[in-house]
Amino acid sequence: MRHTIAVIVENKSGVLTRIAGLFSRRSFNIDSLSVGATDNPDYSRMTITVEGDKDVLEQVIKQLSKLVNVIRVSELAPSESVERELAVIKVTADKDSRGEIMQIVNIFRAKIIDVSARSMIIEVTGDEEKINAIVQLLRQFGIKEMARTGKVSMIRGTRVIKA
Amino acid sequence: MSNKMTGAQAVLECLKREGVDVVFGLPGGVLLPLYDAIYQSDIRHILVRHEQGAAHMADGYARATGKVGVCIATSGPGATNLVTGIANAYMDSVPMVAITGQVNTWLIGKDAFQEADITGITLPITKHNYLLRSAKDISRVFREAFYIARTGRPGPVLIDLPRDVTVDEVEFTWPEVNLPGYHPSVKVHEMQIKKAARALMEAQRPVIYVGGGVKLAGAHKSLFDLATKINAPVTTTLMGIGCFPEDHPLSLGMLGMHGTKYANYAIQESDLILAVGARFDDRVTGKISSFAPHAKIVHIDVDPAEVGKNVRVDIPVVGDAKNALMALEKEVQPKPRGAWNEKIDGWKRDYPLTYIPDMDIIKPQFVIEKLCQLAPDAIITTEVGQNQMWAAQFFVHKDPQKFISSGGLGTMGYGFPAAIGAKIGRPECDVIDIAGDGSFLMNSQELATAVLNDIPVKVAILNNGCLGMVRQWQELFFEKRYSATILGRTSPDFVKLAEAYGAMGLRATKPSEVEPVIRAALATDRPVIMDFIVNPAEKVSPMVPAGATLSEILELEWCEEGHISHLEKVYADARKAIFGEEGY
Repeated sequence: MRHTIAVIVENKSGVLTRIAGLFSRRSFNIDSLSVGATDNPDYSRMTITVEGDKDVLEQVIKQLSKLVNVIRVSELAPSESVERELAVIKVTADKDSRGEIMQIVNIFRAKIIDVSARSMIIEVTGDEEKINAIVQLLRQFGIKEMARTGKVSMIRGTRVIKA
Repeated sequence: MSNKMTGAQAVLECLKREGVDVVFGLPGGVLLPLYDAIYQSDIRHILVRHEQGAAHMADGYARATGKVGVCIATSGPGATNLVTGIANAYMDSVPMVAITGQVNTWLIGKDAFQEADITGITLPITKHNYLLRSAKDISRVFREAFYIARTGRPGPVLIDLPRDVTVDEVEFTWPEVNLPGYHPSVKVHEMQIKKAARALMEAQRPVIYVGGGVKLAGAHKSLFDLATKINAPVTTTLMGIGCFPEDHPLSLGMLGMHGTKYANYAIQESDLILAVGARFDDRVTGKISSFAPHAKIVHIDVDPAEVGKNVRVDIPVVGDAKNALMALEKEVQPKPRGAWNEKIDGWKRDYPLTYIPDMDIIKPQFVIEKLCQLAPDAIITTEVGQNQMWAAQFFVHKDPQKFISSGGLGTMGYGFPAAIGAKIGRPECDVIDIAGDGSFLMNSQELATAVLNDIPVKVAILNNGCLGMVRQWQELFFEKRYSATILGRTSPDFVKLAEAYGAMGLRATKPSEVEPVIRAALATDRPVIMDFIVNPAEKVSPMVPAGATLSEILELEWCEEGHISHLEKVYADARKAIFGEEGY
């Protein structure tokens, strides 16, 4: 099973290494990891997706909590949270295919952020399934390159995960 | 008044304020400023001959005193030489601060001379580590490091100290510790204690299973009060040895692979296990799926991550072992002895720890018994392997700070430097390292340290001319193919080795010589090596084969005649090669 956890960490050098190292030496599998600033510059927030059963998840949370630079670890239940990922996709596009691609982009409420004679870059935001779906549709035109951010997630409603 | 000083002086000031009276180390290029400050301070510095020795000495000192041990090594190879000692302390949760020199900050990352990324290397084997980049951070970092090392589940913390940081001037301050991400759990949950107490009261066949956490928490008295109040038998892990007096009727001794039969039988038949400061290690549980099949498990541990890591726990109690045991003792009602105690006493009668005595050749177990008889209050350190298991089995341990052994990592070469550290921490005690001829050579260079600093530790080498534990496994599971385990021909004359360093060397080749040798060693105030030439064929017994259930514990047969003579011949040839036809 897949689990999403939010980890608030001190914004110091080496913290990412500590977390990545912990995952590899305890044989926990990371599906995705994204990291960025929070509203407080002293702390960063990581969103980590891990694969494993309930016992593995419990160990992941407990072991992460032991790291001195980790302030808080919370699981985000999929039913109670919203999650987003961003992808930029460079597809082959000439004057014949451009129109059809633009239609797909509109349906997915994605954006075209670069156009050249033979290619386009598309920016799309959404949950993992939505991004997988647009990738699937764009494949017929030829995907030249793709970059995805990994997931960020937040609990719905007023509850917050903060330092 | 100005408090201006160099970074190096600030380091020494921090050590002083943390109550450090001795450090173990070896200098090097980038440490020149720090060693200059040490020269001018009144802190005691023990010069070692290999940095691994410094780490183990700091470790032995910490275990014998309960204080934080401190070791120092220079950048690059000095720092990497500490690694085994740090990993050892990490596995056994020993409070330690390791200080390493580092190249100047502007050279870091440039592959400078004697540069090694020691914070990167020690990431998985430290509780936390720091690379100092500015002298103004010294006091904060040192204060945090000592706090982290000794609180919660203790462990080693490393501070990497670039040369320029020790040279820069700094205004000394002493800031309070403020670590937003570090909150060791100490207080125990009242509700969980109530549940645990109820389970203990309801249990018909309880066993208290005690690990090193009881030692670290200083909880042995509370443990004693609880166990005797409810007449529950107590078994200890290797790390928990000494937490419960082994001459007490409720003591089951050690459990696990080379534990007593009665401890393992009791675990397998129990209906409640109260685990305290223990982590269900594979050497303890045997086959985990069939471990204690009928038991409800209560687990007291200060580290929440240990609860539920290896076995399913019915009643978790997170917190300090002493607080938990005291609370539990208040909560339970006295319980008389019952059928369970009778059953266990029966097992103890039927399956005692034993060996076959010999009139002509020294049995290693006999040496341990004699040591116990002649120095019952000594601090015992061990190397790793057969010597360690016999020391655990045949010495009657009663004091939690007097059995010091490398449990988790199983580091050969640990016992001798650990003994030196322990002796420095507890000079009033006899300190004896129970060693093998294989292990001892791994840090024998520290004989120079013992002699130079006048540290009268005693080493009892159970010299069987082989890497005994591995040889034992080869005998049992690899059809006696002794691949790379016979040492005899290559080991030095340990008596001459001792003398070469200026220590005393003694040898016993017959059982009748064992006692006089031990007496002579204890009588002198010099470091001594006792070389006991023991039966090479002896095995550690009983034994749970790896991967078997605890109840499948085997009494190892005294191996067949032909085989003993084969091993003896190998060994005799080796002795002849060293000492000539006349022997000793």
